[in-house]
Amino acid sequence: MSHKTKLSKLRRITAMSRKEARQMMRDPSSIALGIILPLLLILLFGYGLSLDAHHVPVAVVMEDHSPVAQSVFGAFAGSRYFQPQAVNSMVQANKLLTAGTVDGIVRLRHDFSRNLRAGHANIQFTTNSIDANRARLIENYASGVVSAWLAQRELTHGQHYYQPVTIQQYIWFNRSLDSRYFLIPGLLVLIMTLIGALMTALVVAREWERGTFESLFATPVQPGEIVISKIIPYFCLGMLGLAVAVTAARMLFHVPMRGSWPVLILVSALYLLVALGMGLLISTRTKNQFIASQAALLLTFLPAMMLSGFIFDIRSMPPAIQAITFVLPARYFVALLQTLFLAGDIWSVILPNAAVLVLMAIIFLGLTWRLTIKRLV
Amino acid sequence: MDSAAPASELIIHCRELHKSFPNGRGGTTVALAGVSLEVRRGLIVALVGPDGAGKTTLIRLIMGLLPTDSGDIAVLGNNIVQHPFAVESDVSYMPQKFGLYEDLTVQENLDLYADLHGVSALDRQERYPELFAMTNLGRFTRRLAGRLSGGMKQKLGLACALVQSPQLLILDEPTVGVDPVSRRELWAILLNLVKTRSLTLLISTPYLEEAEFCNQAMVMYQGTILTEGSPQNVADYARGRTFRIAAPPDIKPRQLVAKLLSSPLVADAVPEGGNVRLVLKADAPGIAEITAAVNGFVIEPHLADGFMVLLRQAVAKTQTEAVTATVGGVSGRSKVESGGIPAVQASSTSGEGILRPSTVATMHSDNTVVQVHDLVRKFGEFVAVNHVNFEIRKGEIFGLLGPNGAGKSTTFRMLCGLLPLTSGTLRVAGYDLRHARASARQAVGYVAQKFSLYSQLSVQENLAFFASAYGLRGGRRKQRMQWAIAEFDLANLLSKITGGIPDGYKRRLAMACALLHEPAILFLDEPTSGVDPLARREFWQRITAMADQGVTVVVTTHFMEEAEYCDRMVIMMNGRVLAGGTPTQIRKLSANPEKHDGTIEDAFIQVVLEEQKAALKASAVA
Repeated sequence: MSHKTKLSKLRRITAMSRKEARQMMRDPSSIALGIILPLLLILLFGYGLSLDAHHVPVAVVMEDHSPVAQSVFGAFAGSRYFQPQAVNSMVQANKLLTAGTVDGIVRLRHDFSRNLRAGHANIQFTTNSIDANRARLIENYASGVVSAWLAQRELTHGQHYYQPVTIQQYIWFNRSLDSRYFLIPGLLVLIMTLIGALMTALVVAREWERGTFESLFATPVQPGEIVISKIIPYFCLGMLGLAVAVTAARMLFHVPMRGSWPVLILVSALYLLVALGMGLLISTRTKNQFIASQAALLLTFLPAMMLSGFIFDIRSMPPAIQAITFVLPARYFVALLQTLFLAGDIWSVILPNAAVLVLMAIIFLGLTWRLTIKRLV
Repeated sequence: MDSAAPASELIIHCRELHKSFPNGRGGTTVALAGVSLEVRRGLIVALVGPDGAGKTTLIRLIMGLLPTDSGDIAVLGNNIVQHPFAVESDVSYMPQKFGLYEDLTVQENLDLYADLHGVSALDRQERYPELFAMTNLGRFTRRLAGRLSGGMKQKLGLACALVQSPQLLILDEPTVGVDPVSRRELWAILLNLVKTRSLTLLISTPYLEEAEFCNQAMVMYQGTILTEGSPQNVADYARGRTFRIAAPPDIKPRQLVAKLLSSPLVADAVPEGGNVRLVLKADAPGIAEITAAVNGFVIEPHLADGFMVLLRQAVAKTQTEAVTATVGGVSGRSKVESGGIPAVQASSTSGEGILRPSTVATMHSDNTVVQVHDLVRKFGEFVAVNHVNFEIRKGEIFGLLGPNGAGKSTTFRMLCGLLPLTSGTLRVAGYDLRHARASARQAVGYVAQKFSLYSQLSVQENLAFFASAYGLRGGRRKQRMQWAIAEFDLANLLSKITGGIPDGYKRRLAMACALLHEPAILFLDEPTSGVDPLARREFWQRITAMADQGVTVVVTTHFMEEAEYCDRMVIMMNGRVLAGGTPTQIRKLSANPEKHDGTIEDAFIQVVLEEQKAALKASAVA
């Protein structure tokens, strides 16, 4: 290629990218998708869809008024997971539970302290199990509170109670057991998918709908140049969305960042390229915005949300579905994100996942390159 | 203008081009059936023909934007079939809708195309002022292209195409959707361009009269070229057989037109300037005597007259070729039948007197069925309809004319009770549309531009559905459905799925559905846009029959010549009524009313120019 043709190629790419960037900045929906949406998702997931329970209201039925029972109540009151309310009878507690005022009942029977001394005390725990997940969570928290109380008591009284097995929990990576710490990094996958795949599929379809491709095709612009000029501005928008989301995650929810920033930026850029490739590939086959948006949502966004391991654990999916997740780029990005945010630069995880993303970027962008032709069919 | 010297170089040379598209129902639609074409340097060549003739497909093949099925194309000596993009720096192209980025400014659009064509900074310095002077866009460089009027978009599209110095300029329907004043301006620019630069111009247009500006016209119909030659050559097909005849005093020109079109001797008849323009066929039995009899009224033929003669011949030929083809076998060819002649005869004889408006509510004593007073409709800041006044009388054909974006459709939707008004009064069939929209709607029939039919239902089911929707039951429902089937000649189609029948029949079915409840007023929104000339004539014949039976018909159209079918009309532009009255009154507004064939379009242009002058004066005073 001569110097002159290279120069005019560069000039066309610059002109096209500038045009694309101008259109993007003048279109309020791209600003909404690039900046407002990441913020909105972070806030929604951060405050709304927490999978943890905090300050769960429980009724503590104090049938036993002894100091020992009082100290159990104190243990619940002191836990950040519970907000106990002392009541005198089970009848009263049931009323509160059915009214939805409390989510659980802790019952300390009148013979609690006596049985405790005899070594076979029990605490009855009732939960509202409409939301089974939450009920199980509350149950776990409650037994945690009780074992902590027992351990404390052991220490202060020097007494030993018969406990055949004690469960010792080690919490790795997400030390404070906060589900936000893995949900918010996972959100990046949604944001990048929306910007990369949905927006590019839409802007290309818009050119078909408005007939602008027809006059573009009549100029010396090459198909590859069209592809590059669509990638550049949306890549920048996607990285901006990433910056907004990570800043919000750090500032509002104090999500830890245990890996290194350059690696995070690199793998995010990689996934963004994959998403752009998917969006552009969809756009080579759809010529109106409605079909483009449906295809992009069904083929990229929904799988990224449901099957990437971002909300639902891949290991608990049926084997057939698990097999499908291997072809989803989002799966590899979620693994990378959770590792980087919660564990650190674990190269044995990062390298294979990143390698898959590189391969996928090459496949999607390569196919787009080949399928973009200057023809109206 | 006569054809240039035969020695000049061939710029475009197409041979035996064939192109079909899948029609979505498993078959194919033939877009081009063996088209050959030669365009020589320095000429203006027009591709004329109705929508669906294959003009756009042909242009796209020449531009290398679509692959051919078979045939050869050479542009500037390059084989386009093998090297589709060999000539992009010597050929400029403006597609339909002008190919502009609406969210970029005028300057940004120009810069983009200059960059893509590799126009140097030096060349730009020279060319931009030239382009701005030519298009008058210099004042609007910072305006978004989407905020320009249709005419200005068209000029910007042209400027973008001329930002390089092409040898060949190809424009696809640049004058569609643009007001008549801008259309004339564009032609002035183009004629000047060809004169001053050594440019060859290929332009497509559905407006037959525009072909008169060209050196050479290719008349296309249904994927073939009916004829080619100078506009004069085409007009000559009707030479000696084109007449202007006056209607007897008790008959309206459109009624005479309807009668004439039913005759096998007539190639074409249209109302024109209060008379009837008649074109007789060349080869019908007994034609010689009749031609001799009306010889005193012979006039100079237009290209359109020649076109209609050719068109009738082509249709007659395809009909004899396809005698056995049923309406159901929908393909490119049987589409001809939708505008065919036999159906016309059926309609003009049947069903007389059956259509008696019964839902006419409290009529005004002076027969006013629609009263529009000081009507305003705003969309946010934008005033779509700006203090409009007019009245429509019973049994009239009333036209709302104007270019796209004039406010016709908005006015129309308010008349039909589909859109609330911002201010003013609107009475339809005695009902005030501010308070009784539902009752007013019972008294009107409405045919939308895209026919609101259910394409998955059969013709019969559509009729049955609309009968129920209008609350028809029992004997009356049966009687009305039978009437509709007979009146619109739908008996053979009843079990066909509506989505698969030709457009001409869809239009009939839509009209049948709108008339089931015997409305006093029939509203038709752009019924003739995208319709071939034969079908348009059939449509007006039918409308004439409706009006004769006492139905008031309100029509919108952007074909100025169709105003001749109306009893009265208003011409709208930019939300305002520029002129109103009978065709004769409107024609008197034209620049030289003495000229006998001063058209409605001449009058329109004159009115707009005077408007602009007045506005300019007003702004100068202020």
